[in-house]
Amino acid sequence: MLTGVAGGIGERLRINPVVVRLAFVVLTLGAGAGAFLYLVALLLSGRPDPEARAARPRTGALQAFAVGLVVLGLLLLLRDAGLWLGDGFVWPAALAVLGSAVIWTRGDEGERSRAGRVLGRLPLRIPGTVARRAGGVRLATGALLVLAGAAAFLFQNRRLDLLTNAPLAVAAAVLGLGVILAPWMWRQARQLADERRERIRSEERADMAAHLHDSVLQTLSLMQRTSDPREMSRLARGQERELRTWLYGGTRSTDPSSLSTAIDAAAADVERAHAVKVEVVVVGDRPVDDALQALVHATREAMINAARHSGAREISVYVEVEPGSVGAFVRDEGTGFVRGEIGPDRRGIADSIEGRMARFGGVAVIESAPGRGTEVQLRVPAATTR
Amino acid sequence: MTNRRIRVFLVDDHGLFRSGVRTELGNEFDVVGDAEDVPSAIEGILETRPDVVLLDVHLPAGGGAAVVLAVREKAPEVRFLALSVSDAPADVIEVIRAGARGYVTKTIAPADLANAIGRVHEGDTFFSSRLAGFVLDAFAGVAPQLDPEMDQLTAREREVLRHIARGYAYKEVARALHISVKTVETHVSAVLRKLQLSNRYELTRWAEDRRLV
Repeated sequence: MLTGVAGGIGERLRINPVVVRLAFVVLTLGAGAGAFLYLVALLLSGRPDPEARAARPRTGALQAFAVGLVVLGLLLLLRDAGLWLGDGFVWPAALAVLGSAVIWTRGDEGERSRAGRVLGRLPLRIPGTVARRAGGVRLATGALLVLAGAAAFLFQNRRLDLLTNAPLAVAAAVLGLGVILAPWMWRQARQLADERRERIRSEERADMAAHLHDSVLQTLSLMQRTSDPREMSRLARGQERELRTWLYGGTRSTDPSSLSTAIDAAAADVERAHAVKVEVVVVGDRPVDDALQALVHATREAMINAARHSGAREISVYVEVEPGSVGAFVRDEGTGFVRGEIGPDRRGIADSIEGRMARFGGVAVIESAPGRGTEVQLRVPAATTR
Repeated sequence: MTNRRIRVFLVDDHGLFRSGVRTELGNEFDVVGDAEDVPSAIEGILETRPDVVLLDVHLPAGGGAAVVLAVREKAPEVRFLALSVSDAPADVIEVIRAGARGYVTKTIAPADLANAIGRVHEGDTFFSSRLAGFVLDAFAGVAPQLDPEMDQLTAREREVLRHIARGYAYKEVARALHISVKTVETHVSAVLRKLQLSNRYELTRWAEDRRLV
């Protein structure tokens, strides 16, 4: 129930794990021997093989009886060895603990329904293992054992005289009740937590299904309708980017006002509009202010230029946030150009890139040569408010 | 290399991807085997002893890192090139820390993939721009120094990585920084070493962070 140790042992010995659990609990009374054995078993046990999870072995009365004898023998042994807290304590406590353990170790659903059927047919036959009791019978048995334990404790200590020692008797009764009720309340709480977890999981599943339906399936159907390979790969790339953001968004800021998100969005736009591949690498992140907004626009402009004029099929964008500034690099391995040969009517570079950077105290450097590709290097100062 | 063709092993849980790569690489390389999960990958690699393993970062039950760690002990001469469709830096860094010598994304052009396999086979590294970005991120900021040698990149290493992140091939990095390609390789190898040996908090935390379903 906790770590699967009892279950494992039960499986190996072909004994119902409930019986094994009871044995551990009772043995704990022998100066903690049971807890010690449990820990040892826990340390020695390997990982359970999920496939080896066979059906629970059915334990006959004889086997349960045998385990009971073993436990009894071990207890007597411990008593002889001096690991003992006194007869007056251990025997009643063993009874009480056995009782509470009976209540605690509830069988699984299958067991219970089986027990219900068996009991319905043969109400008088009492099978040997407590594991196959229906809930009510189990509770009653457990409660009886606990009460018997409490009574025996009081009696053993010669304090059954209720009139002279009422407070002790009341305390014992309350304790007994608590022992009986605690597992029930604990189980209720756990059930509630289980239900909540399940609800969250199914909501996540619905969310995922909705997303796949809205975007991925739509894109796939669009792709089946086009015969243009360029259009197809454009659709695939757009979908890939979107799905990635959705899947791995958590590793990076998805805050719409952050620099990495803005750069990603700009790259996605350019990919969509110009059928090129844009590889974006962003190192560090920070909120977008006016200067960074200008940087994003200039970066986007540089991407568009590369997509339109370079002839390259792939554009690399690298953005880095440094302590005093933010840099952006847009690079292609396309045709390249010579600055002087560009007509004065084409104002993109001067206005959209250099002008924007200059307004915020930044710089733009454009390195290009025919046949060697182009790299636009942008940098704006940024206040260090991280 | 001599005229012996490089022997490649593919590990990927997507059959379509395996057969696609097999076709792509078939002309240049001997694809000696493939596997779709961790146990069969370990078994197949130890049996065929390929030169280079193309290893998917995301594999059911343990991921690519488990394969690298298991093979490394018995066959240290086998080299690994990691690849994935994923953007999750944690998983990529984990495979590199386990011992892979490079990382590329699955969208890489066939010619570039062939080039990367060749480099890894020679014992060199292959850092894609994305991996360079991940590494810069991992080493960014001022961390409490455990070991200044291991936990910090030098200015030159940083410069080399930044160029790779900007999309420069090693050759182009060499030209831009006026150093030889061999020197670029030396710097990246040093970064790889630091990545594998450093105990920097970010690196470990990254590896433990958020695992995808």
